[in-house]
Amino acid sequence: MAGLHKSDFKNPLVNWVDSRLPLFTMMQKEYGSFPTPKNFNYFWNFGALATVALGIMILTGIFLAMNYTPNTDMAFDSVQRIMRDVNFGWLIRYAHMNGASMFFIVVYIHIFRGLYYGSYKKPRELLWMIGVVLLLLMMATAFMGYVLPWGQMSYWGATVITNLFSAIPLVGHGIVTWLWGGFSVANPTLNRFFSLHYLLPFVIVGVVFLHVVALHITGSNNPLGIDVKSPQDTLPFHPYYTVKDSVGVCVFLLVWALFVFFMPRYLGDPNNFIPADPLQTPADIVPEWYFLPFYAILRSIPNKLGGVTLMFGSIAVLFVLPWLDTSPVRSARFRPIYRQLVFVLVLSVVVLGVVGAHRPEGIWVVLGRVATLYYFLHFLVLLPLLGKIEQPLPLPESISRPVLTRGGGGPLPGGAPAQPMEKP
Amino acid sequence: MRAPYRAALAALALLAAPLLVPSARAQETPPLPNVSWSFEGPFGTFDRAALQRGFLIYKNVCSACHSMNLLYYRNLSAIGLSDAQIKAIAASVQVPTIDDSGQPAERPGTPADRFHAPFPNDTAAKAANNGAVPPDQSLLVNAREGGPTYVYAILTGYTDAPAGVTVPPGLFYNKYFPGHMIHMPPPLQADSVSYTDGVKPTLQQEAHDVTTFLTWAANPNMEERKRMGVKVVLFLVFLTGITYAVKRRVWADVH
Repeated sequence: MAGLHKSDFKNPLVNWVDSRLPLFTMMQKEYGSFPTPKNFNYFWNFGALATVALGIMILTGIFLAMNYTPNTDMAFDSVQRIMRDVNFGWLIRYAHMNGASMFFIVVYIHIFRGLYYGSYKKPRELLWMIGVVLLLLMMATAFMGYVLPWGQMSYWGATVITNLFSAIPLVGHGIVTWLWGGFSVANPTLNRFFSLHYLLPFVIVGVVFLHVVALHITGSNNPLGIDVKSPQDTLPFHPYYTVKDSVGVCVFLLVWALFVFFMPRYLGDPNNFIPADPLQTPADIVPEWYFLPFYAILRSIPNKLGGVTLMFGSIAVLFVLPWLDTSPVRSARFRPIYRQLVFVLVLSVVVLGVVGAHRPEGIWVVLGRVATLYYFLHFLVLLPLLGKIEQPLPLPESISRPVLTRGGGGPLPGGAPAQPMEKP
Repeated sequence: MRAPYRAALAALALLAAPLLVPSARAQETPPLPNVSWSFEGPFGTFDRAALQRGFLIYKNVCSACHSMNLLYYRNLSAIGLSDAQIKAIAASVQVPTIDDSGQPAERPGTPADRFHAPFPNDTAAKAANNGAVPPDQSLLVNAREGGPTYVYAILTGYTDAPAGVTVPPGLFYNKYFPGHMIHMPPPLQADSVSYTDGVKPTLQQEAHDVTTFLTWAANPNMEERKRMGVKVVLFLVFLTGITYAVKRRVWADVH
């Protein structure tokens, strides 16, 4: 052995490198032959799509940073210079700007996939929690990125969101001053947001790496939510899932391109084309669409500290979700009641999103409160109880056998003796 | 097999959520008029003649109060003006500079200069306009809900105030402006400018032309963007098709 890795690669150069730094062996093991459940549907594309989105965001972001000036007097015009005078600047900037929305759409669907198929349950609790950390990091990055163009919504959004921390008793105002680097959102704030907006994506890359490592320890969940029992249940990641992910990536890029080229400002707020003016508050301060549900939760409570607590609480419940859900069955396919509730949850989040876009008046207040109530009821009350009272449907024996159960009126009886595996 | 459908439905709901949002932010004014634009749709382009007429209106009317700081005279080549025309237009303004002895001086503008602003600073603009700074027009169309149609509506939306509504001095009644009381006096009337290409300068025509110009000013890359977009989308559709075919092939022996 003498400290060298024994490499199976034939190419002498590859072998030489691989013996000293087994990157090729690692890639082959983790992305080549990696055994992956054979029954993924297209929901299992979204992790790969998020990775692609992260890559494109970092790449476009690096080029934007080459031309951006983080100074309150120059930021707005420097962005417009990118749009008008930098070669293909408009393309890079519109791709980045809409990329934030694309990234969130993909990640929200990825999270929905996890909720529906119970991907957060044992043994994938830590994998899930790392994912929630990624969501938080993404939110912080997106928020700070939105401040950089220094339009009206950038400035006032930054003011409103940083001010949330003033709700913390005793130290709140001190924290806000510390965040601002002064006594209002101003040049020091813009400078540090730019610095952090450049830093955090690389932190995200690091945490994504942990996310993937954790995934490759436990292996992927699958639409049936049952464990892999034999090699017949799996396929090598390559070529089966590399090609299936590629299909998703193509469609994803297509959707992204439609926004970038044909409706680049559709998801944005017109107010951000007005330079930041600390003396003039816009009629409505509205965050980007991907924050609207959280904004609605914040505003559904008439007390500032209460609202802030609930808003952060809405993410915090996700951290402990693996222990709130007491059912041993993962996939909603076999949980008749949960399957209904998870759609009520999606509905409540969509309602919260719409509520967040409206002024908190009349019906919107009521809707916002009902949806907020359901959101927390779902995680804190219904999920713990449901595991105790819900009668799950019988689970299929293995991933490679549920075909037999289709149309037969029900899966195999739970106690059926294990059949010898057939060739799929 | 209901679950996948419902899962797809949920995914759709998630996708649709952002689409519901912009409409929810609409202002409380009458619905905007139905105007058609040459630059609408995935293949839309700017009508060059309208752009040039619109620039004439900007130069003769709007620029008396509104700056357009993000534009340079050189940009005008994109609306079809010749180099000589652009040089002449630029030379018609005086630009502050420093002379050889280091003293503040003025020189004629060049194509590399920004559009000349009517006021040296916001305070001067405010003082001359009843306390309100006329907004810079470089991005005006993008900065308003409703975009070009809203700008067109404002330009053509001046009416007499309805009975019982008193308009304070210095303000004007405009049915499309949020709150209806606008600082800007009606900027355009029929025959505000004389066109050289035989088009009749009605109020609607002028408003339409200048809005086309302002839309170009805010989105000078729109034509290039759409042209590239058509190619990119066609390529991605093709790539998706091929990738899907490969996927079917690879998976053929699995099911």
